This record gives sequence, structure tokens and C-alpha cells, in this order.
Amino acid sequence: MGGHSDEILHLTLNIWRQSGADDPGEFETHTIDASPSMSFLEMLDVVNENLQEDGREAVAFDHDCREGICGMCSLVINGKPHGPESETTTCQLHMRSFSDGDVIWIEPFRAKAFPVLRDLIIDRSPLDRIIQAGGFVSINTGAPQDANAIPIAKENADLAMDAAACIGCGACVAACPNAAAMLFTAAKVSQLALLPQGEPEREGRVIGMVEQMETEGFGHCTNHYDCMAACPKGISTDNIARMNREYLRASVLSR
Amino acid sequence: MSSNHASPMLDSKIPSGNLKDAWTNHKFNLPLINPANRRKFKILVVGTGLAGSSAAATLAEMGYEVQTFCIQDSPRRAHSIAAQGGINAAKNYKGDGDSVHRLFYDTVKGGDYRAREHNVHRLAEVSVDIIDQCVAQGVPFAREYGGLLDTRSFGGAQVSRTFYARGQTGQQLLLGAYSALMRQVSAGKVHVKTRCEMVDVVNVDGVARGIITRDLVTGAFERHSGDAVLLCTGGYGNAFYLSTNAKTCNVTAAWRAHKRGAFFANPCYTQIHPTCIPVSGDYQSKLTLMSESLRNDGRVWVPETKGDKRLPSTIPESERDYYLERRYPSFGNLVPRDVASRNAKSVCDEGRGVGPTGLSVYLDFADAIARDGRSTIEARYGNLFQMYQRITGEDPYSEPMRIFPAVHYTMGGLWVDYNLESTLPGLFVLGEANFSDHGSNRLGASALMQGLADGYYVAPATVTAHLAGRKLERIPTSHDAFGEAEASSRARFDKLLNVNGSRSVDQMHRALGQLNWDNCGMARTKEGLEKALKQVVQLREEFWGDVKVLGDGRSLNQALEHAGRVADFMEFSELMMRDALVREESCGGHFREEHQTEDGEAKRDDDKFCHVTAWEHKGKDQPHQQHNEALSFENVKLTTRSYK
Repeated sequence: MGGHSDEILHLTLNIWRQSGADDPGEFETHTIDASPSMSFLEMLDVVNENLQEDGREAVAFDHDCREGICGMCSLVINGKPHGPESETTTCQLHMRSFSDGDVIWIEPFRAKAFPVLRDLIIDRSPLDRIIQAGGFVSINTGAPQDANAIPIAKENADLAMDAAACIGCGACVAACPNAAAMLFTAAKVSQLALLPQGEPEREGRVIGMVEQMETEGFGHCTNHYDCMAACPKGISTDNIARMNREYLRASVLSR
Repeated sequence: MSSNHASPMLDSKIPSGNLKDAWTNHKFNLPLINPANRRKFKILVVGTGLAGSSAAATLAEMGYEVQTFCIQDSPRRAHSIAAQGGINAAKNYKGDGDSVHRLFYDTVKGGDYRAREHNVHRLAEVSVDIIDQCVAQGVPFAREYGGLLDTRSFGGAQVSRTFYARGQTGQQLLLGAYSALMRQVSAGKVHVKTRCEMVDVVNVDGVARGIITRDLVTGAFERHSGDAVLLCTGGYGNAFYLSTNAKTCNVTAAWRAHKRGAFFANPCYTQIHPTCIPVSGDYQSKLTLMSESLRNDGRVWVPETKGDKRLPSTIPESERDYYLERRYPSFGNLVPRDVASRNAKSVCDEGRGVGPTGLSVYLDFADAIARDGRSTIEARYGNLFQMYQRITGEDPYSEPMRIFPAVHYTMGGLWVDYNLESTLPGLFVLGEANFSDHGSNRLGASALMQGLADGYYVAPATVTAHLAGRKLERIPTSHDAFGEAEASSRARFDKLLNVNGSRSVDQMHRALGQLNWDNCGMARTKEGLEKALKQVVQLREEFWGDVKVLGDGRSLNQALEHAGRVADFMEFSELMMRDALVREESCGGHFREEHQTEDGEAKRDDDKFCHVTAWEHKGKDQPHQQHNEALSFENVKLTTRSYK
């Protein structure tokens, strides 16, 4: 472990280039010398500097906070959303996870519901619309009761927080063979199902969000668990089980 | 110039009367709008972080028509999401002597007496409501076994008033505000526009009546007309290139508004956060903050002697200098951010810094692990330790972390009055983008409090008063002012594309960042600033003469987006340096080497500088005009801030 600052990785990159939604797209091959302590995105920054030096347009990729929390970065790296390290976003992935001479394939998250906008950038607005379909507690800003008037068992508060840790990156969709958004949706349904604040809208929420998920063209869950493996925040598929129970309960109650 | 005499152009509209009743009375005196009439007004909210999302959701709940704009692909990704530590509130749940007055007092003192008493008191008052509101939304704050909310002491506070959600408090608060916003989208009251950047404010007869945006996917310019414009666009820390800010954080919206009439206040007040992961190489693209909650258990030290390259574990206790504990026995490792950062710089300047570059200090958990056990430390900071290990490849459980200060937050921002309205009427500025509540140094866990206070509680009342009190006719987007603003925006982007120079935008941004960091960073001098002022003008000329932006303006072009922002940082940096030059004192995050005590502490000059400096843009190639707003302290006695 440590800096290895004198070590250099000679890498071959196959990067997906696509000018827009209507362009079929193709891989473009580049070579680069990277330092092991660079982040993956810093390595792509260097690729882009080199490209622009040669008068070629930079590779477009989404990124923002570069500290693993905003959910803006994506990328499928060697077939895995967010790359090889578990519970690590692409922006937190460092080049020390690779070896000298490696060939790296870099693609956008692929799902019917996530069209490519350019190169590695996709449209994830369907995830916002799933939240709009019920991922909230209907309370206006005003003067609610004192916060401590709603005691919540620590165990449930912790489970709700586990679910709420979802950063909405969409890796679960990209990892799923059916491109399902079950883990994303279940994380929000679970968070609110575990808390008394979510109780009054419990049935409508799960039905609305699941319907929206289908409307957006996401697939169904067939228990592959690839979503959990890819999730950079370690969101558990227990949440999917909880959502399925919530859905069943709501379906029975609403008829 | 450098006197406390006040400019007539800065009417702070601070309510008269008793401080404690001021906000309540002020709200009562503000005009209201009948619920049935509210739908006739349209409000444009730029930025969807804590301030923007909370304001947009609340205004929509009240019945206004709201449109939001953000540069990310979803409102949920604004940089508020990265705040780790927590949010202050004067709940006194721990019964350790906290109160609204104490939070007010601590915040005014922490800001080194350069904030308005009334604004800060209001902030402390509404802090209590924020926690209630967030819990009601389902924000999963940390709880104790009895089911009640947990709090911790944070960043220099001697009471336990910081509410938190693991190390992801900003994320959970933002997702709370975002969910309220999404609810209003589904109710049809908010229209959300994503991947869209505000590139100008439209000033119609002296009132902000709209904005010009550029769609970041198609490159299309759009005109948006409204009855009020709210800028909630964050801070300008990326003027330094390396900072803890997200990569797209920028000054563009604030700077464009500034050029249309909004004064810029205290731009030299930047916060350098003491606990960040040090720079590792030239390719470094950003710096990562480690929550300062780590200082609750970690001990900061460097070797006693210069150039000691031994492994930290082999340096005996007697040869370590726990310099914060030594110099500040009563606060120790919990001194405020400005003090901790400056001390890290000075031990590194002495040659006692550690790590490969000599630009870092140790943050050591060995004693805490021995005292409380590894599992306790893991429960408290597990995610932070994991993040550190991921970035550095070093294990903080077995060897001390290395930390160094980095640009983190900007206390300066657009000048606003008590109503959060800028000098351009109809333009309100919320959250980090304004200058209002933190003086020259922000205390930990106060940014989230301010963003939500402004958005949930202050702006909804004051924006209503603006809409009720001014006769606002509908302005069609065909109005000449829209045409002129759109044309000038288009011309600016075309010009960037047509330079066809040899240096990338990123290279020029790095050069600017280095200039700012070296001369307007943790320590500033007259000589350095004067030299840098010349260099920044030269760099700006080089930028417009030699920048290389490939591609076109009709499609998604990240280099072009970045170029537009860097162009504004180039102009803004000059003002930041000028502000630092005229403030001939040291206060909070602004440390002028000429103004320090014998033992190296900041030396304020309350006779000459107990004021806000607000700068007026006078037109292209004209020097900015300085205005001062005098600060008066009637409820807090000005003292030398001492943490010894």
C-alpha cells in the first residue's frame, strides 16, 4: 500500500464514443501512462488533455463531486458499473486497482430507459420521475411538531438510513440483466416504510412508484442480485423484499 | 476608503427594536398575498441545493408557479449533498446549556464579528424549526437507543448541538428538500429544468425580471421571464481550481448578476478547511474533505524537529508536538477552522510538515482507539476512514491520517439586505451564494443550517413581500432587455469557440487557481496581492487570446461549459484580490500577514474595518466602486477571539 509515486501503469483504453442519441457509436482506442494514485476520472482528464492537444474533442463523461456522494458519475468499466472495487463509485476508484499493461473497456451505463446523450453521458431523468410518483412525505413547510415527538427505534432509524444512502446513480439498473430499477425504487420505498412519517401514504407510494418504474421502461426483477453487487453504497436487496411485501400488502388493501 | 463610514446605497433593512422579536415583528409587517392570487406569480429559482430546493418547494406549496434550473442531471446532485458533518440547531436536547442566544453568540463570535447580528439571530431562531421540518419529511437523523435524536459537539462548539445522519448529513437534508420539490413537480406547481445553466440575469428598468439559460445538451439559449429571481448557486471556491467543491461549482450565475447590478460583498472571505486529504500529484483534480468531526477524537501533531522523516509510529511521544493542544489548551483540537488551518500552514512553513511533499500534518486516532476500542471509532467514523483509505491507499486504523487545509467554503457572496434581496431589486440570493450570516469565518455545521433557513423560512416570507409590494407587470420574453441579454450571452460563447488558441481550459484554470492560492489563500500580503493583481489581468488576456475550446456550441460540449465558467472566475479573482488588499486587518479566513499579534494570531481592526465591503460593477474596463455597510454590535461585545 502507499504512494508508489514512481510506478507508472501503461494502459490501453477502449472508450465508447457516440456523438448523440441517433449515432450508433463505437469504441475508440487510446493508450495512456497513469500513476497508481490517480483517480479513474483524473486518468480520463489526462486522456482528454491529450486529445485536445491533438485537436480532437474530449470524451464527454458525467462527474461532479468526485467524492462518491453526488451520484453524477457512472461508467461501465470492464463490464462492471463503477468498475472492479466493491462499494466504490467511479470517481473514488483509483488506478492502483489496475496493473501495468491492462486493457480497460469504458462504456456508458446501458439501459433502454437511459438513452446516451453523448459518449459516456446518459439521461437518467426517469429516476426523478419515479421519486415524483410517491417518494416523499406530504408535509408542507411550516411548524410541525417537535422533532423528538416522533421517537423512532434506533434499529429502524438505522435501517432507514441504510436505505436512504442511495445516491441515485443508476448502477443497479446498468448491472441488472433486465435493466430493472428495483433496487433504486425499493431503497426509497423502504426508507419511508420503516419510518412512522411514511405510514399515512404507505399504499399509494409503493403502487405509484412501481407503476412509474414500469412506465419508464425498466425491466422486472428476476433475483439476480447483480444490483446489490454493483451498488456503490451497498444498498441491500432486503429492500427489494420489503418493497415486494409493501406492494402485496398495498394491493390487497386497495381492493 | 478604509473607514467604517456607510454607503447610502446599502440599506440593510434591519428591523428596529429588540433583537429577539425582530424577525417575528418583521414577518408581521411584511405584506401577504391572498392564496388565490399566488398562482399568478412566477418565480425562477436557479440552483437546487439546500437553499434552492427548499425555497422552490416551499414557494410552490404556498401556491406560486415555480421553475427551477440546475446544471446537473437531477436537482438531487447539487453540491450541498457532499456536506458530511451535520447541522446545528439550538434545541438543547442534551441539556448542556444551549439556547438560541448561545447559538447566535457563538456564530457571531465564530464569524470574527463581521456578520450582522440580526441575520445571525434569525438563523439561530429558525434552526429549531429546521430540525422539526426535516424529521417530519423522513430525514433519517442519527438516534439514540431511546428513539430520540442524537447530537454531537462539532467544530469548536462547547455544546452538543449538531444533528447528523452518519457522515452524510448534507445528502439526507438535500434528499429531504429534493423529495419536497419532487412532490411539487408531481402536483404541477414546479417545472424542473436540468442540465441547464443560467448565463445572464435580465434587468428590466432596474428590476430582475428574468434569466437567460443555455441548455447544456442542445446548446440552445432560452429566455425565462418571472416575477422574482432566486439565485441559490453556491460559492466560488473553484476560483482556486483545487478545492473541496464539486467540479462544476462556479461563480457564473453570481458574477452575471453582479454585472447586472447586484453588489458583491466580502469576496476575500474564503474558508480554508483544515481536515482535507493532501495533494498527491500534478493531475490532482479536486481535494477531498474529511469531516472535521474527526477532530473530536483525532489528535493533530507534527514532529518536534524539522525534517524528521521517521515513521509516525516510531516517533516517541516526547518528540511530537500536539501544537493545537499546546497553543490552545481550552479548545485543543477543536479550535475553529481558520485557526486550525493557519496553524497547519505555519508548522509546515517551519519545515515540520510530514508526508512526501512536507505539506501535511498528522491526525492521529491511536489514543482514541486505545481508549474507546476500534469498534467504537469504526462506528463513529467508519465511512470516513474507508474514504481516506480508498484515496490514499493507507490504513488510518494503523497509521495516522495525513491532512492539509483546502479551500472549502466562501463566506463572501452577493450582498443582500435582511430580506435576502440584492441591490438589484427582485433578485434574491440564498445560501452560500450570499454573504450574509457567517462573517469572515463559518463555523462547522452552519452552512446546512443557513441554506435551509434561507430556503424554508426566510425567502418565502420576503419574496412574498416583494411580489405583494411592487407593481409587477408581465414582461414578455420579446422585451428588448431579453434580446440584449441573449445576444450578449451568445456572443460570449461564440467568442470562446473562436479563439482557437493553444492552451486547454483546464490548464488556464489551474494557472488561475495557483495564483489565487499563492497570493489570496491562507495568508495574504500587500506585496503579494499587488503583484497578483497584475498577473491576473495578464492571465485573463492570455485566456482570451490563447484558450483552445474545440467542438461547437450546438451540442453537449463540456469544454465550452468549463470555458464560460473559467472566464468568469478570471474576472472575479481580480475583485477577490482587490477586496483582500483593501481590508487592512486580519479577521477569520482573511489573514493579512502585516496584521498579526506577536504570537501570530489574527489582529482585527474594529475601528477601521467593522464593516461589510460591497463592490459595485461600473461597466467594462471601469474599476469597481467600493461601498461599505457599517456593522453595529449591540448584543454581543466585540472581543478578541481567543480559544486559548
